[in-house]
Amino acid sequence: MTLNTLLPVDPKVLADRSRSAGEPAWLTELRLKGLELAGERELPQLEKTRIDRWNWATLSLDAAGHATETNTTPALTELLPSENAGNALVQIGARTVHRELSEELKAQGVIFTDLVTAAREHEDKVRPYLLKAIAADEHRLTALHAAFWNGGAFLYVPKNVQVEIPLYASFMTEAGETLLAPHVLIVAEEGSSVAYVEQFQSGSEEAAQVVPGAAEVFAAAGAQVRFASIHNLSTSVIDVAYRRAILEQDARVEWVVGELSAGNGISDTTTYLNGKGSSADAKVICVGDGEQRLNLTTRNVHVGRATESDMSTRAVMRESATAIINGITKIEKGATGANGQQAEKVLMLSPTARGDANPILLIDEDDVKAGHAASVGQVNPEQIFYLMSRGLTRTEAERLVIYGFLAPVVAEIPLPELEKQLRELVERKLGQ
Amino acid sequence: MASTMHFQIEGLKANIENKEILKGFDLTINNGEIHAIMGPNGTGKSTLASVLMGHPKYEVTAGSVTLDGEDLLEMSVDERARAGLFLAMQYPSEIPGVTNSDFLRSAINARRGEGNEISLMKFIRQMEAKMKDLEMNPAFAHRYLNEGFSGGEKKRNEILQLMLLEPRLTILDEIDSGLDIDALRIVADGVNAMRSEERSFLIITHYQRLLNYIKPDFVHVMMQGRIVRSGGPELAERLENEGYEWLKEELGIVDEVVGQEA
Repeated sequence: MTLNTLLPVDPKVLADRSRSAGEPAWLTELRLKGLELAGERELPQLEKTRIDRWNWATLSLDAAGHATETNTTPALTELLPSENAGNALVQIGARTVHRELSEELKAQGVIFTDLVTAAREHEDKVRPYLLKAIAADEHRLTALHAAFWNGGAFLYVPKNVQVEIPLYASFMTEAGETLLAPHVLIVAEEGSSVAYVEQFQSGSEEAAQVVPGAAEVFAAAGAQVRFASIHNLSTSVIDVAYRRAILEQDARVEWVVGELSAGNGISDTTTYLNGKGSSADAKVICVGDGEQRLNLTTRNVHVGRATESDMSTRAVMRESATAIINGITKIEKGATGANGQQAEKVLMLSPTARGDANPILLIDEDDVKAGHAASVGQVNPEQIFYLMSRGLTRTEAERLVIYGFLAPVVAEIPLPELEKQLRELVERKLGQ
Repeated sequence: MASTMHFQIEGLKANIENKEILKGFDLTINNGEIHAIMGPNGTGKSTLASVLMGHPKYEVTAGSVTLDGEDLLEMSVDERARAGLFLAMQYPSEIPGVTNSDFLRSAINARRGEGNEISLMKFIRQMEAKMKDLEMNPAFAHRYLNEGFSGGEKKRNEILQLMLLEPRLTILDEIDSGLDIDALRIVADGVNAMRSEERSFLIITHYQRLLNYIKPDFVHVMMQGRIVRSGGPELAERLENEGYEWLKEELGIVDEVVGQEA
């Protein structure tokens, strides 16, 4: 596969596109480098998931197409949670159609805009970070993302600024040929705190496409970042989500991820706990149905001393869906006093559904704590009997048990309106 | 309707994993009556409770159970509950992620039916009042259902459900096991507060002491999967004082347990 002939696009076309969009030269260079690497690198090798059989053909600049003005934009009010309308960003296909930040936050020096605009206007804040947590040369998908990403979001929080209201981004695929490939970059300076909530969704049933998304979070000393992501893309979409955080001393990141897309997907959420005393918490839920093939990885890499991490993944598998769930706690030599915990739980609702929980501890230091718990099972008939004995129908009883299974994550979504939406999505995915 | 409850069990036989545990059980309960079933361990008491509620791991092989003439055995577990049956369980399940109050409201609404749901305010008022009666910490409303509850807290939570659901026929399965004397009194007060002409109880217990707090009208002794002796409260007292040996001798029973290989 490592043949330049497989390059999905002519570098010159890519460069022209970048320049005509007004992108700075350094960004054009990054894209060209990504494209070059895409021709050299293989697809990532994922545990027990043959992604080489998935249809990646649409992931090219042609599919990325030109933004056309004729595309209609859904009413923004339908896309934005009312509580956040003033601090939100909306991208449909390749186009950023809305971006707004309150005057109050602007006055505090907060930046929240699409990443292309940010690269143009805030080079000093974007360039040192962009594609530093996720390197273009990791594999073919990161390389292609580096070449093709569009729109995206840049969130910058200055030193010691506490942003109270969660900032919201909506990324929507578009019927037609435009590629949705957002890159989200969050830079939280020393002592700052912020919550960011994003949603990936499909506008309507659409032709096969790949959504290669990526997010990078940089939390400086003492910064706290909460990152919530809900994915609800349609059956024909391959959903790729690489998320990375790099933490300095005493920084903290909290991930809340809802993988509720209907098609195949790769979800990889990794935190590097570089600074002493930094901590990470990752909560992931996933509901799989139909013929879905999902590969979910949560990874915490302890580099600094006295670092703490926790991860919890809950997956419900219906029909003939398959999920491979990897939890990786890596403790590097020198990370004394580190504590890494993880739990993966899978609930199987059908005999043809499959869920593999793979807890992996890789420990190169003695003075550490690490723990894991994994379980794969079916709905407990005693629980159903108990609930039915109080008058609940079997359907209602099962619904309660399944919700209860997912509740610890759903309850963590920082926006009440989004939490409600997440519940509804879960309900829909559960076929109720 | 409710004022003429008639619950009848006739010739009930039931198996678990092809072992017969109930071997022809007969009992009739009328309006407002409290029946106690006593007996040594392993004589089929808890099986009876589970079979009446419809636990899927038991298979009924013969006999009938009717509530006001309706065939209970034909009903699913939830239909039995909605018909007015309630089983306070010896080992209530834990349901992580589902708060006690969400569950209670769902259960109340399941009985009331669609379009007749209880208002949130009314529900909260009722729940808080009953929890106070049972001396339960209000925090238990927001805890996950039975998760991490102590044995005594689970029993109180069973009685809380009983009080909110107001069933017509309540089966208490060893509700006294694992309760200290204060908790026993609170639980018994809860049950006594529910006593009325329109409500009946079937109390399954190993010990007589619960019956000091909840006075039964009838006492039955169960051995070998059926009732072997019936009487009034004095029967319970004699069993407490003298044990079961005299009764076994009278009946010529050597081994009172069922379902175990000899």
